[in-house]
Amino acid sequence: MDQIDYNVQPPHLYPEYKSTILRSPTKPLMIVKEYLKDLSLPAFGESMIGKFDNDLTKNARKNGEPIGERIKVSGKVMDEYGRPLHNVLVEIWQANSAGRYIHKAEIHDAPLDPNFLGAGRMLTDAEGSYSFYTIKPGAYPWGNHFNAWRPNHIHFSVIGHQIGHRLVTQMYFPGDPLFEFDPIFQSVPKHARGLLIAKFRMDWTDPEFALAYEFNIVLNGKSQTPFE
Amino acid sequence: MERLQQTPSQTVGPFFAYSLTAEQYSYEYNSIVNELLLDDNTEGERIYITGSIYDGKGNAISDAMIELWQADADGNYRALPINKKNDGFTGFGRLGTGTNEKHHFTFKTIKPGSVNGQSPHINVILFMRGSLHALYTRMYFSDEANYCDPLLSSVEASRRQTLIAERKEINGSITYHFDMHMQGEKETVFFEV
Repeated sequence: MDQIDYNVQPPHLYPEYKSTILRSPTKPLMIVKEYLKDLSLPAFGESMIGKFDNDLTKNARKNGEPIGERIKVSGKVMDEYGRPLHNVLVEIWQANSAGRYIHKAEIHDAPLDPNFLGAGRMLTDAEGSYSFYTIKPGAYPWGNHFNAWRPNHIHFSVIGHQIGHRLVTQMYFPGDPLFEFDPIFQSVPKHARGLLIAKFRMDWTDPEFALAYEFNIVLNGKSQTPFE
Repeated sequence: MERLQQTPSQTVGPFFAYSLTAEQYSYEYNSIVNELLLDDNTEGERIYITGSIYDGKGNAISDAMIELWQADADGNYRALPINKKNDGFTGFGRLGTGTNEKHHFTFKTIKPGSVNGQSPHINVILFMRGSLHALYTRMYFSDEANYCDPLLSSVEASRRQTLIAERKEINGSITYHFDMHMQGEKETVFFEV
């Protein structure tokens, strides 16, 4: 079985997302599993994670609370057999509640928030779980086509245990009316798009504090025989 | 055992820098790794790795991110956290292409030893706006006997050169220059993992 499951993964070239046209490989990728599949990735340690790295409502405060709707995002990182992956580095970044990135090259003129950077990181625990607090990101326009807007999303970078575990993806929010207009979201085959949408979890809410979402991540890895 | 569906990949977008490469781009957040894979205590031949990434029109890409993952001088992969052997070698580096006006990248590291009989090499993972997947490739060294490397030998002969970095001595420093091309005659060989 192929390691990359193109039934759920986007293609490399998706012309509606214009930047793929000049930046995607034109030749088929070479399959060389025998030399790469067992290559482990570095294990990151707790010592590399700062105290508030998993709380984006606190880690960039200057003179007050960041503006916007506080949320908690939690989930599990697993392999394709549902086995939890511990000690996986999860890094995140996002726009603020007004839909503005703090990035210097960002030109969208929504307000910056002096108390919000929009960056965080954490490691999964022994059960493969991670959790962070943040501010719900806003939608924003971009230059792909006339009246292009990105749905609300949080970027995820994941470093697991082997080279096939390296994943960069985006988490979206349920019921976003922009889904059908966004070529990046649409690049994923229709039946698999739900895998990128977090589940609203009333039962995980912090009462009087933050609504909660669940986003689980399943990593592509070597097809070893699972434990029974 | 039932197989779960993989989480689909998405682009890193143009605005990763303040999270993934914060210090390089002067944001107020620390970087977990950077362009230095070593410190003064690391054993091995000091080298620089430079290059650029070019799009299908031959323009250098300004919003890409490169990760390197390599063995130490003895051919062993290390596990972070760094300083495990107290020699400052991380084996893992990360750099964006947006802080140099020509969109070059420059890593400082050591030349890796041979791993399991393969020619010395560095694993490269590439991300950029417009790339819906992480892309994997390998950098080999022009002054090594690469013809016997099993992976490189399995690459079509006419494309092997795209995986070999050229050794140069610049002001007494050893530099390997490794350009990557997304498309065109010199399109880099990328691997499916």
